Amino acid sequence: MRLLKRFVTSPACAGLLGLLVLAALFEVGVAEKVLSPLVFARPTQAIAAIRTLQADEGLAPAFLITLGETLASTVLALLVGIPGGALLYRRRALGEAYEGWLAALFAAPIVLLYPLFLVLFGRGYASVVLMGFIPAAIPIAITTREGLLAIPKTLLDVGRSFRLVPRDMFWKVMFPAAVPAVFTGIRLGVMYALVNIVAIEYLVDFGGLGRIVSDMYFRFEVPGTYASILFVVMVSVVFYWGFGWIERRLRPA
Amino acid sequence: MDRAAAEARVARGGAPLPLPAFTPTQIRLVTVMACVALWEALARTGWFYKGVIPTTASVAVALVGEVARPEFYRHCGITLAEVSVGFVAGGLAGVALGVLFGARRFLWRAAAPYVNAIGSTPKIVFLPILFLLFGVGIESKMAKGALSTFFPVVVSTTAGMLALNPVWLRVGTSFRLTRWQTITKIYLPAMVRPVVTGMRLGLGVGIIGVLVAEIKYANAGLGYLAIQYYTQFDIPRMYAMILIIFTLAVLANVGMTRLTGRFYWDGADAPAETGR
Repeated sequence: MRLLKRFVTSPACAGLLGLLVLAALFEVGVAEKVLSPLVFARPTQAIAAIRTLQADEGLAPAFLITLGETLASTVLALLVGIPGGALLYRRRALGEAYEGWLAALFAAPIVLLYPLFLVLFGRGYASVVLMGFIPAAIPIAITTREGLLAIPKTLLDVGRSFRLVPRDMFWKVMFPAAVPAVFTGIRLGVMYALVNIVAIEYLVDFGGLGRIVSDMYFRFEVPGTYASILFVVMVSVVFYWGFGWIERRLRPA
Repeated sequence: MDRAAAEARVARGGAPLPLPAFTPTQIRLVTVMACVALWEALARTGWFYKGVIPTTASVAVALVGEVARPEFYRHCGITLAEVSVGFVAGGLAGVALGVLFGARRFLWRAAAPYVNAIGSTPKIVFLPILFLLFGVGIESKMAKGALSTFFPVVVSTTAGMLALNPVWLRVGTSFRLTRWQTITKIYLPAMVRPVVTGMRLGLGVGIIGVLVAEIKYANAGLGYLAIQYYTQFDIPRMYAMILIIFTLAVLANVGMTRLTGRFYWDGADAPAETGR
């Protein structure tokens, strides 16, 4: 009983309530034609349309395609970003030369390079994966370098006093010390890969979830459009929370 | 690199550097030249389908031709208008809501999961809704710019409000500041940094948001031009357009970073890039 009372007065409950009220307003508004059904979908219809989407368009396979592309981009980004960041740390001049460029590139509209990739690699998975790879590799490289630079001198001194060879020094001292920082980069990288991949899929009508959103709008299926958007939101929320959870585990207390 | 620094590096577990170290400027110069040379070499090999990698000269000619065309400036102006309106609208809404969230913490705790959730999704998937609402003209691009700008600004403003040192407010109370004085003497100076930081991130994502919307459905703007050259297979012009867009976007970001830096006069580091 007390637990119930605590929940009812909690912000989470208020937020949920707000969402439900908003949904109810849209439901009634569209049903009564105050809001045009050509623009808005009734929330109940949009949710119901997720099932239709699964049956007609294969939402689950599309999700797996997008997931696979994101995974491939992330693996590539790890393979390039972590050694790249370590190199930028080892060769200080390289790090200083490229640090600003990487930050600028990270903020630049990499999505706009997609015609270049389409021209070079065709309208296929290679282009999508590579377009996801670039924005994922940059934060991973940056945070790997920063993580290595921020290792406390004490840890390195301890390693030295044990006369560790460089390889042990790296794997037993430096790498574990840098993991929390690097993971922040990996989390950013995965989110950016996902965002860019969905964006490309949407722009070129190819691949997984982004393509379905584009198709639904193109066919003017208003509930279907909302359903597909809702699904993309849910997927990125799961990613966001999942990685946030892992990151909190990895942070030293 | 001087000797002491080199020794310190070796002591940190790094391998000794045999190379005479280049300065960062030299490395950058060499990198740029190597990239251009590589491009030129690839263009001349003929390994790629004809026209896919045009020579650097033809891209340069296309670039000059593009910049000399009056029509180009019309498209430039349209994109600029879309970005500006979106940035101002999204920024104002973000600051207003951020201040509200910061002042009413219960409200923020209730809304935070949803703001964070939508903030982390690719905003591009909301484009169909914006097209339905505003049509495929410039209004939907402005709306896209505003939507993209809004999230970093609201998150940064709220964080700034929540991080406000309560001691300052108590000092204000003990000085019997009026409500207005509390706002101008305590809140405004404390909020400058988080707000300009949010604005900088917001402008970056706002520009991208507008350009992708132009690429999807539009009949004007720089993003539209780039994609039109692509469909016409006018590859040199397409590359020229991408170069122009990239340069403008980077310049906008550098400008905003400089501007943000002015508010970090005491040498504190400006917060790093987060969120898109």
